[in-house]
Amino acid sequence: MRRFPFLVAATLVASGTHAATPDDLLRGYARQARAEVARYAGPSAEAGRRFFTTRHSDWSCASCHTSDPARPGRHAVTGKSIEPLAPASNTERFRDATRVEKWFKRNCNDTLDRACSAAEKADVLAYLLTIRQGT
Amino acid sequence: MAIFGGRAALAETPAAASAAPAYRAECGACHLAYPTRLLTTREWGIVLDHLEDHYGVDASVDGATLTRVAKQLEAPLASRLGDTGRLPRITTKAWFVDEHHEVAAGAFRSSAVKSAANCTACHAGAERGNFEEDTVRVPGGKRHE
Repeated sequence: MRRFPFLVAATLVASGTHAATPDDLLRGYARQARAEVARYAGPSAEAGRRFFTTRHSDWSCASCHTSDPARPGRHAVTGKSIEPLAPASNTERFRDATRVEKWFKRNCNDTLDRACSAAEKADVLAYLLTIRQGT
Repeated sequence: MAIFGGRAALAETPAAASAAPAYRAECGACHLAYPTRLLTTREWGIVLDHLEDHYGVDASVDGATLTRVAKQLEAPLASRLGDTGRLPRITTKAWFVDEHHEVAAGAFRSSAVKSAANCTACHAGAERGNFEEDTVRVPGGKRHE
């Protein structure tokens, strides 16, 4: 029965239901990446930081979320302020797999003109989880 | 009449706004949840049917959410683009152009405003539906007369 809570968490992430934690989501993306990539080495916060700040087109993730995701961002087109993305600054982030997938789909299309891989999502989330408030 | 039309269009009651929580949550995440009367229901239908290419960005939502927002806006889905092949825009409506003709074009492009889509930059009460002229403050500019 010890494994039961882990199974529940995995099921929640897989089915896109609510009430996940950022760590749940990170494990879910890493598991997906292991299934997609041969000899997947696991999430890399450093790769995530590079991915986040590199311009893939006119835009990078940082174009809206800034290169300090502990702080509020600003929509590059509309100018609307965006709540901080790093879970350390904003506890509402990465709590709902469906919501997270919605934004990855939109923002990867806008920034890379393609979907992001599970490995890329895991890297970005690993990076965001290394960020401490006020850094 | 253009001014009257603009005022009438903007006079949205709080009740009408709160009746559209999905619209406010989904659309309001990236920009002001514009007063819904600024487009016709058919125009909203066209906008909602093209969320994957929403004025240059992907604003897609899942099918259930799309249905919910469309219902709140009373917007008919499966609305085709018109002859122009372009999405309807609030900012090209005659009343909008007329109301903003005194605003220098550069003011819309300034770093503080970015685009005419950013109502709140000059209309501080926009989130509450207040677009009254005496509350307008153009960043870096003079008070609107």
